[in-house]
Amino acid sequence: MDRETVIKVENVCKTFALPHEKNASIKSTVVNFYKRNKTYEKQQVLQDISFEIKQGEFFGIVGRNGSGKSTLLKLLAGIYSPDSGSIRVDGKLTPFIELGVGFNPELTGRENVFLNGALLGFNRREMGAMYDDIVAFAELERFMDQKLKNYSSGMQVRLAFSIAIRVQSDILMLDEVLAVGDEAFQQKCIDVFEKYKAQKQTIVLVTHDMEIVRRFCSGAMLIHDGEIVAIGEPREVAQKYSKFNEEKIDNELEKENTENTKKESNISLKILTASDKQKSGYVTDEEFTVEVSWPKSTPKVSNVGVGIVKQSGEFVFGANTFNEEVKLRGKNKITYSVKLSLGPGKYYLMAGLFGDKQNQTIDYLNEGPQFIIRPKEDDVNQGLSRLKYKWTV
Amino acid sequence: MKRFFTKQNRALLSELVRTDFKLRYQGSALGYAWSLLRPLLLFVILYVVFVKFLKLGTGVPHFPVYLLLGIVIWNFFNEMTVQSLGSIVGRGDLIRKIRIPRWIIVLSSSISALINLLLNLVVIAIFMVVNHVDLMSTILWLPLILAEVYLLALGLSMFLAAAFVKFRDVNYIWEVILQAGFYLTPILYPLSRIPNLTFQKLIMINPMGQAIQDARYATVTHETVTAHTLFQGGWYQFIPFLIVGLVLVIGISYFRRESKYFAENI
Repeated sequence: MDRETVIKVENVCKTFALPHEKNASIKSTVVNFYKRNKTYEKQQVLQDISFEIKQGEFFGIVGRNGSGKSTLLKLLAGIYSPDSGSIRVDGKLTPFIELGVGFNPELTGRENVFLNGALLGFNRREMGAMYDDIVAFAELERFMDQKLKNYSSGMQVRLAFSIAIRVQSDILMLDEVLAVGDEAFQQKCIDVFEKYKAQKQTIVLVTHDMEIVRRFCSGAMLIHDGEIVAIGEPREVAQKYSKFNEEKIDNELEKENTENTKKESNISLKILTASDKQKSGYVTDEEFTVEVSWPKSTPKVSNVGVGIVKQSGEFVFGANTFNEEVKLRGKNKITYSVKLSLGPGKYYLMAGLFGDKQNQTIDYLNEGPQFIIRPKEDDVNQGLSRLKYKWTV
Repeated sequence: MKRFFTKQNRALLSELVRTDFKLRYQGSALGYAWSLLRPLLLFVILYVVFVKFLKLGTGVPHFPVYLLLGIVIWNFFNEMTVQSLGSIVGRGDLIRKIRIPRWIIVLSSSISALINLLLNLVVIAIFMVVNHVDLMSTILWLPLILAEVYLLALGLSMFLAAAFVKFRDVNYIWEVILQAGFYLTPILYPLSRIPNLTFQKLIMINPMGQAIQDARYATVTHETVTAHTLFQGGWYQFIPFLIVGLVLVIGISYFRRESKYFAENI
């Protein structure tokens, strides 16, 4: 139970000085030289970060772009130094901020293997001993005496990866290594993760992939705006991260919806919710209500139609008052409620106003507000819609 | 020392130097032969211009070799400082992505320059034989003199490489200083050509002047001015060494202080 702490971070803060203007000309250089001040802006990247990682832990660090997670990784790796606070690392820590650091296109594959190995802390004798394994794993036997510039990018990644997994280190640190490479490569990565997990290798992993966090991590941490928002159980951290992301996407959609009121039509389409606030994210089978309204001055409106269209263009569903004998009785507003039995994806609404006959179009809104459908937690089906069904044998 | 030259650091150093060397003559037909051929051809030009046309070295025994030795030592100093100056910025990709001791990068470019110096010395040896220069026992001092130049250049390299990360003007400034230094050092002209004794002394306070003159004294001819003879054995003769020590200490401590922030400033 008493596992050893291998990384201990206490109250770490980091700010970067961002120059406001580059001195592009001699004149501005001279002017700024006398002013001297105000040319820098302090950007606080990490504030008061404290956590511990124990021996044998598979620790995930998640967060959005610009949240400070890569900076934290570089601090742990000793590439940056903290402004205040302390970082203690017990044992050898090997960071992989990128695969194939120091690869030189003018050198042959073979020479690059030795160079990269030296950067990772292996001498020529040690590299010589594992050289054959590395080449075999990368499946590049025939290409090792060719210059690296003649390799495809996939070959380069394969070579870098097979060197990287040779590294014996107390702690390995990986920054979004999965972001590169094709599916076959990602599968290889996952196999390696499995191996590491089985060996109880201490790993610090920065990733966007919550699937990986749930599957491999024994501990995780969510960073947002330079602060730790959640730390502990990977499942909970992953969930919080997904929620964070959903909120952001919803906010963006709403912003788009409010900004995107093109005046091609006089129809106003509004999605209503219980709280009367606009909302753009829904879960399959949730119910939502749309309010369609139009100016009082619009002549002779007696029928209204509302449609749902998938972002990719498929017309998913349409309803028209004409078929259902709903009488407007002179009102300039109607609400429409529907259960969203739809598959996950992005959709938008459309609406039309009609006269007595259906082909008598008065006004038409082609692209109304957008909304997102997210899958239910137990959703196992595929396709555009979620129909009610049952199996019988 | 053991802390610095661990197994990993040694491996890294040798790999960086090796890479440097491989890339230098990449794609040229003669390849490594250039590292000997280039100085040889340059020497021939200088010899023709300064010895045959300008007749600068009349009265100095073995002037061609005398001249070449000065040029070789200066070129080493020049090459090492210029290459090291850009080395940290040039290897920015490594510094931002991996944790390696930063000083290894400067050291590796200094060693590349050192290898070039040794190759040049081979060429000088050839010229010495051709010129019938007598082998003197004082030649044993040469390695120490070269070590002094190396340490001076190392101190400057550390300082310049670290400063260049922050101030990209440094390379232009250094270029001008080098050009001035080349003429303030008795390389092309014999020191005896300067009539004013005070100027002679000022020139010889410069460690490069002192080192080049000492090297000539040790290898080519005893009939030359050295700091020792010029200051008549007074304590002034130690000023150049003091400067070397000071430059080294300042260079290394500045580098150490700045190296923490290389990754974010590059």
